Amino acid sequence: MSNSAKITISCRINQRPCSFETYPMTRLIDLIRDDEHFTGTKEGCGEGECGACSVLMNGELVNSCLVPAVQVNGADIITIEGIIRENKFSALQEAFVDFGGVQCGICTPGMVMATVYLLGKNPNPTEAEIREAIAGNICRCTGYTKIFEAIQHACGKLGALQ
Amino acid sequence: MTVKRPVIRKDGKDKVTGRAQYVDDLCFPNMIYGVSVRSSVARGKIQKITYEGDLPWKDITVATSHDLPGPNVVAHILQDQQCLATENVQHPDEAILLLAHPDRQLLEEARRKVRVEIDPLPSIHSIEDSLNQKTVIWGKDNILKSFVIEKGNIAPLWNEAALVVQGEYRTGAQEQLYIEPNGMIASVSPAGITVWGSMQCPYYVHHALMVAFNLPKEKVRVIQTETGGGFGGKEDYPSMIACHAALLSLKSGKPVKIIYDRAEDMACTTKRHPSITRHKTALSKDGKLLAMDIEFLLDGGAYATMSPVVLSRGAIHAAGAYNCPNIRITAKALATNTAPYGAFRGFGAPQSLFALEMHMDRIALQAGLTPEEFRARNFLQEGHVTATGQTLRENPDLPGLMGTALNALGYHAKRANYADHNRNPNSRIKKGVGFSVFLHGAGFTGSGEKNLASVVAVEATPFGRVRVLASSTEIGQGARTVFAQLAADALGIDYDQVDVAQPDTHIVPNSGPTVASRTTMIVGKLVETAAIGLKEILIQSGHLKSECSTEDFSDQFRNACASYIKAAGPLKSFAQYQQPGHIQWDDTKYQGDAYGTFTWAVYAAEVSVDLTTYEARVDNFVAAQEVGKVIHPVLAAGQIEGGVTQGIGYALYEEVRLENGRMINNRMTNYIVPTAQDVPPIQVIFAENPYAHGPHGAKGIGELPLDGVAPAILNAVAFATGTTLTEIPLLPETLMRAMSNE
Repeated sequence: MSNSAKITISCRINQRPCSFETYPMTRLIDLIRDDEHFTGTKEGCGEGECGACSVLMNGELVNSCLVPAVQVNGADIITIEGIIRENKFSALQEAFVDFGGVQCGICTPGMVMATVYLLGKNPNPTEAEIREAIAGNICRCTGYTKIFEAIQHACGKLGALQ
Repeated sequence: MTVKRPVIRKDGKDKVTGRAQYVDDLCFPNMIYGVSVRSSVARGKIQKITYEGDLPWKDITVATSHDLPGPNVVAHILQDQQCLATENVQHPDEAILLLAHPDRQLLEEARRKVRVEIDPLPSIHSIEDSLNQKTVIWGKDNILKSFVIEKGNIAPLWNEAALVVQGEYRTGAQEQLYIEPNGMIASVSPAGITVWGSMQCPYYVHHALMVAFNLPKEKVRVIQTETGGGFGGKEDYPSMIACHAALLSLKSGKPVKIIYDRAEDMACTTKRHPSITRHKTALSKDGKLLAMDIEFLLDGGAYATMSPVVLSRGAIHAAGAYNCPNIRITAKALATNTAPYGAFRGFGAPQSLFALEMHMDRIALQAGLTPEEFRARNFLQEGHVTATGQTLRENPDLPGLMGTALNALGYHAKRANYADHNRNPNSRIKKGVGFSVFLHGAGFTGSGEKNLASVVAVEATPFGRVRVLASSTEIGQGARTVFAQLAADALGIDYDQVDVAQPDTHIVPNSGPTVASRTTMIVGKLVETAAIGLKEILIQSGHLKSECSTEDFSDQFRNACASYIKAAGPLKSFAQYQQPGHIQWDDTKYQGDAYGTFTWAVYAAEVSVDLTTYEARVDNFVAAQEVGKVIHPVLAAGQIEGGVTQGIGYALYEEVRLENGRMINNRMTNYIVPTAQDVPPIQVIFAENPYAHGPHGAKGIGELPLDGVAPAILNAVAFATGTTLTEIPLLPETLMRAMSNE
């Protein structure tokens, strides 16, 4: 990695223009966490299995530990910190807390990002659709049940707001 | 009142917005990174270490055991585990030396360029080889701990019995797989050592640092950062990482961060002990247990670490929730050349209870009784005496709990229907229902709580804000929330007026480790007592009226705090654990009251088994338990649902594959845990029977749900397939083998 030459990358993270001098294979998660200090994005496995590092890149849900810097040039990245400002999803975050969808919290930002992505495409998912949408996000605490409840409740609320 | 209500968890908002600070989220000026160089062999003698490659070695901090100011041990129960291997390595991936540098890329390169030459020695990798002393690798006989629990006399019963049933049961290792890997930051200065990290037990880390660095207690400070799951996996191992980070900081003069990546965490840190349990059971002609002879063996790995106490809990639970006049439990933890096994939710009980509950179904079948009828004839009741000679002072309503669980699953109708369905040779998907009955001892075993003598403090500010001070950690289970509920109710103030301090050994007293389902029951009771003490101080000093109206009580309390502090200084109340008089325990004989109380449960599972792929799937699950009193309904149900899900993984998916003692599937790609697609609907039912010594009658519940899931599922699979099952994880290939052996 350190053998290759550094490149310049420009992108937007949470609507903030960012520029990095970095190696082409530097991971997006490292740009987000180490360079931009958005530490809400978590690393659980570093191989795209746990989903704790989920972010939106150009509107698509990605594991930021698998995206190399070279692919980030020009991209629009939204992390957990970026959705706080968008009020329409605060009902979702509230539901995660109220319904017990949060325990240790390390999977939670990724879980919320996966749900934001789901609800953006499908505001009224069935339980099967919810299960499928968060199947790439491992939670070791909750047994998922309360996360399903939180998402279902939030859909009702979000629907009412729209 | 906030107790029994689903108040909003204290840490919820920070976690759901990504603001909560875990150890890897912290950065300090001049901080550098640390990594470990590890053994490539299972056992051997270190011959030579060379630093190769064209790397700036003079800029890289290198630390070995020789740099430790104190003895080269990670202090646990026994001091047998090396902090860094010096002459001998005892297991694969044992840490030998440490490197630190500001550039993580360079550091990784350097790690690969350290060449450690080790002359291999013969190693052992199974309980059998260890027991037979194929090679002696630990002590004089490989036995990390052994003891016998005896009640009555089993010897005369084998000839009198109407039926004798034998069975052998095996369980594999299980990885805790908290989603936040282990990590620590240490900063060493002449003033002492400070570490920040992911952990369950700040005072364990504190003790280990005092020993390894030969420092007095005031020169060591341990601060818990937000912890992304533990499940036992952050009970003892964080002590090791803290020593490593502190050593690198001592050597480099800079703060050092060590974060394990997933592969390192899975390969090197502790996992659930693999086990073998052998049962020989004598039954009378009316289906009553006459004698139980139980051999319980654990693979402890290369060092003793937590194995003696895991063995205790596992063995004490081995006879389960049943009354039997004659019991012998022979327990041994054995050394093998693999990374030490350690604490994992349930702590030995899931292993021994898996064996027992599979065996109970096997006996029932041979005795011609239904599983529920056979169990009902032998349930423990108030006044009965357990294997350790503990007279039960509570009445577990096991028949009631069993009825509730089985009805909730529709067990009886399904069992009849599925028996018909399964007889059809054309049915590719076989269906089954099964269940387990079990108990879990709450709090430390035996005299553990007495020896810990835990302390909690509650303090108040002049503005009437109350703070709970305890070293018990929030690791997702909701400790912070429950402590605040208990303090608020004891004082009669709002839940929102109570804060819970971040565990920091310079600030909080030692309320003991966050283990053993003790945090709500034992430490929560101390929180309540300390809070009541604080109110008493205000009343007795005349600052608060003993009879006050409830309407404006918050104002009265605030005024009382302000006037007390102005007049008398800091307002703080302590509470220390006092063992209830009824608990008597003899450590040398394993006799007496093993636990202050037990939780009781009946778990029932409905499964489908695909005879083409041999995959078993859980379709429905009922978890019915008596837990004293529920303090927070959402958190309590969350504990059960999460535990059941880990139990499903333990039963069906999670296999730790070892090759010469090294975990070879140490990635989330090939170590499979349940996803959102794998969990069935889980119906959680709480029965309540208050425990006099728990806060509001609560008992501990954290570990209970892991204990009975695997046998409920496997009993259901056994029913579906008509096959005797004795082993977990029940992977498709395991089931295929079992079915082709029948």
